[in-house]
Amino acid sequence: MVAQESHQHAAPQGFIRKWVFSLDHKVIGLQYYFLALTAVFVGMFLSLLMRIHLIWPTAILPLLGAIKPETYLSLVTMHGTIMVFFVLTTAPQGGFGNYFLPIQIGAPDMAFPVLNMLSFWTTFTAYIVMLAAFFVVGGAPLHGWTGYAPMSALQSSGPGEGLGADLWIISIAIFCIASLMGALNFITTTLDMRARGMSMMRMPLTCWSWFITAILGLLAFGVLLSAGILLLMDRNIGTSFFLPLGTINGQLTGHKGGSPLLWQHLFWFFGHPEVYIAILPGMGVASQVLSTFSRKPIFGYKAMVYAMLSIGLLGFMVWGHHMFMSGMSPYTAFAFSIMTMAIGVPSAIKTFNWLGTLHKGRIRFHSPMLFAIGFVSLFVSGGLSGPFLAQPALDIPLHDTAFVPGHFHLIMGVAAIFGIFAATYYWFPKMFGRMMNEKMARVHFFLTLIGTYCVFMPMHYLGLAGQPRRYSQLTELAYLHPLIGLNTFMTYAAVVTVAAQLIFLFNLFWSMFKGPKASDNPWEATTLEWTTATPPPHDNFGGRTPVVNNGPYEYSVPGAPRDYVMQSDPATVVAH
Amino acid sequence: MASFTPTIPASHPTTSRGKRADLPPVVGGGDGGRPDPGWPDYGARLRRARLGLAVALTPITMLFVAFTSAYIVRQGLPTFDPHTNTVVHDWIPVPLPTLPFLVNTCVLLLSSATIECARRQLARQVALEPVQSIPGVSLGTEKNFPWLALTIVFGFCFLAGQWLAWSDLAARGFYVATGPSSSFVYLLTGAHAVHLFGGIMALLAAGAAVVLNRPLAARRIVVDVTAWYWHFMALLWIYILALLEFAH
Amino acid sequence: MGLVILCVIWLITLASTYFFVAKTWWFPHGASAATAALDHQFAVTFILMGVIFVAAQLALGYFVWRYRDQPSATRADYSHGNLKLEIIWTTLTAILFVGLNLLGSPIWAAERFRPAVDGATRVEVTGMQFAWYFRYPGPDGKFGIARPELEDPSAGGEAALGLDPADPASKDDVVTGTMVVPVDREVEVILRAHDVIHSFFVPAMRFKQDAVPGLAIHMHFTPTETGNFEITCAELCGLGHYKMHGMLKVVSQDEFDKWLADREAEKQ
Repeated sequence: MVAQESHQHAAPQGFIRKWVFSLDHKVIGLQYYFLALTAVFVGMFLSLLMRIHLIWPTAILPLLGAIKPETYLSLVTMHGTIMVFFVLTTAPQGGFGNYFLPIQIGAPDMAFPVLNMLSFWTTFTAYIVMLAAFFVVGGAPLHGWTGYAPMSALQSSGPGEGLGADLWIISIAIFCIASLMGALNFITTTLDMRARGMSMMRMPLTCWSWFITAILGLLAFGVLLSAGILLLMDRNIGTSFFLPLGTINGQLTGHKGGSPLLWQHLFWFFGHPEVYIAILPGMGVASQVLSTFSRKPIFGYKAMVYAMLSIGLLGFMVWGHHMFMSGMSPYTAFAFSIMTMAIGVPSAIKTFNWLGTLHKGRIRFHSPMLFAIGFVSLFVSGGLSGPFLAQPALDIPLHDTAFVPGHFHLIMGVAAIFGIFAATYYWFPKMFGRMMNEKMARVHFFLTLIGTYCVFMPMHYLGLAGQPRRYSQLTELAYLHPLIGLNTFMTYAAVVTVAAQLIFLFNLFWSMFKGPKASDNPWEATTLEWTTATPPPHDNFGGRTPVVNNGPYEYSVPGAPRDYVMQSDPATVVAH
Repeated sequence: MASFTPTIPASHPTTSRGKRADLPPVVGGGDGGRPDPGWPDYGARLRRARLGLAVALTPITMLFVAFTSAYIVRQGLPTFDPHTNTVVHDWIPVPLPTLPFLVNTCVLLLSSATIECARRQLARQVALEPVQSIPGVSLGTEKNFPWLALTIVFGFCFLAGQWLAWSDLAARGFYVATGPSSSFVYLLTGAHAVHLFGGIMALLAAGAAVVLNRPLAARRIVVDVTAWYWHFMALLWIYILALLEFAH
Repeated sequence: MGLVILCVIWLITLASTYFFVAKTWWFPHGASAATAALDHQFAVTFILMGVIFVAAQLALGYFVWRYRDQPSATRADYSHGNLKLEIIWTTLTAILFVGLNLLGSPIWAAERFRPAVDGATRVEVTGMQFAWYFRYPGPDGKFGIARPELEDPSAGGEAALGLDPADPASKDDVVTGTMVVPVDREVEVILRAHDVIHSFFVPAMRFKQDAVPGLAIHMHFTPTETGNFEITCAELCGLGHYKMHGMLKVVSQDEFDKWLADREAEKQ
């Protein structure tokens, strides 16, 4: 084993070097994961407050008092921002990707361990700055996670648009840099550190998903950073990139000539790849888990790879579908809509292939598999509302109604989260050396699956009926009054669903200390992380380098002694 | 069917109950199986560092691509003027401090040349290092021209020159917020200066590595990667200058 | 467990589908010329996506139950896929998705690619935090100059828009808080905003367009039924976003002429 800088030495001693400023990708992965865990509970709490306020706008809540309309909007903004950045862009990639990419490709660590450590602490700094926005004068910003100018560019457009908005932008800028550092590591590691025999087309689909996600991030976050810089300049030093001639509250803003649409173009050029960043790792995990627990190779491995690559590539060409109503040229809108329908094709291929993997399998219903199955169901549901929004004519009645959050919550807010759950239940034994409790897992699964469908499927109905997005209450418009009943049902469902997550939280921590001890390969899986000890030693493979002879999903190989052949086992007769 | 090789226990006892998975057989080793003559560790690390740099240059490029697209869009942007109820274009190109910019360009190109000399000098030293250890062989005292230090000096000269160029603009009444054209001049050149400053920091780190007597191979990697980064900064500067001068 | 999952997935699927098919919550009644084609395209998309939704979910539930691990089950099928099948379903999906889009594109073209016809009722719609104002050009057919520096939202009406009293074309401009238009005649809206982005959304007209500061966006729609239709703001614009609404009143041509004449008379 050729020694690298940090691995020439023994594993670090001392609490600070071992657990705080660790250079070990496994520790860093756990740090990212636990950051995301705190963020998701913050985000869920904010969303509960939102749903409660929507139904009972005048309620006085304990400790928080009455929620004003501007507070509601700051909840909307911070819920979206925290969930998209600090949960969906952090846990699947920074968490599981960091932990398992090196192991699954047979490497001792990431390419640049110091950079890896810095990328986590930079993400952490961004998180603190984001939370700080709640506590400054004026509070958190009101402009939504999308931060459209001029609202986000004018300090006087509402309470929270002062220092709170500046902190929001600065946090996002810091997050951009952290993500870029991470992407650098992922790409270099995948290209340069695969073990002998681990060709690109023998990598597990999880590794492909992390690799493609990193490329998307590499290309997209620079653009978000540029938009953030321009916005900070407009807000604070008087430039007019996004600000046209206008007034606010009757006062001239002092700006002129800028374009609000420019912000939208820059933001969505990042924003659309971002949603693929959020879902691709979940797709990788779904493929991995479905294959393992069906005891079948993934159906169409090459197609799955090409589908992910197409999604990544096309993902950069569709951003205008967020802007059909924006005042953009209708001809441009038409071009974007064709590209958007095209990107539905690789997503459909993946779904067919997941079904094909289940077909004629021998399905085992352990907890990871439940969530992988749930992922497929939710991805279908959330994905199929896409073709409505992708057609500009149909977007006319649906844009900025509840139909849109219904669509993206089913995919990002549930399917991607199910991907994280599936990964947690799947890799928990390897990370912590113990098994999670299956009974609690089943209760968690069913409550969450049913609960989230009850919260987010009705959003489509509300959107059809014309309920606009980001309304803090439904009391002012007559045609919204009949919708309050359904909204109430959704709020109750949300409370139950959030409560169900406490079961997961308990299971997670209790099992870490009290769960039954796990063997090295409790799921009888084939990829390299299952060949090493549980938990893996400091350099992942205990002083040796794996050599790969087989593809990643060689299950039920005819003639093999067991129904799985590990990647480092001698080559099978029928190897692909 | 081949039988599995016997397992050799790992150095750390594991907390498993029941069957342990077989550890993979020891066959060869290495970083993806690409042998490297002489310094197996160092060659791989150099290649990896260069790959990392190539990857890192991508988001920097995207940042300036985004700024460029904002620049082009803003130039042609029509805006509704309520005073006349018509749509107008309000782009007025700012007169650039061309002479200071050209001088700075020369300084930067010179610094590119000096850092390239530093890079090659260090590469030569690394290649010849094993020769030094042969008893009886001496290469003589090779005078080490301080190419690195010279590059740092040129780097700071460039930044100082940019500061002078900005002062020149300001003296003629064009500040960041004066108009869209001036905003972009400061934005593009300022963003470049920030990135160049980062390069200077890397060079200072390389210089510190010399003082602190770090291994030659490690120093070479730092200087090599920084040199390529520096060349990229020079190309980026030429691009920005061309954009500002010709695309208005 | 397979059976439980099947039941849960099938129940969720059937329940969701029921509420879509029963139209328990649905588009409001459409009262514009665009309604028929748009609702039809929606129906086509809806049926196609609905069929796929039901088929995929039912298949998922079925497979999960049918191929569950049992002692009697055969070994799983060692298959890496089926290239022919992949090509077939990829091609079909591509044709379906792109075809659906092309099918609906004439609607978009009709709504957005052409300017309003001559003789359309012209209304300038201005959004500001947190109200809509509607301006009619009056007998001279021209909108007067509005100066941002003259805007005074607290005074309402002409002053809120900053109409320049020195401009002769402003004299006959009528500014109201309610939008009144005649039925069966195309309405040209010129959308503007003073401060932040708003969005002019009339569900019953199947019409929506963002109002962007710095732009004057020309759009059109044709109301085909009389009545009162709610206007909402569909782009987050600040703390009053939820109560930024207005009313579109579609009346007969005679009533509209009389209404406008009355407003003109009030200005004298």
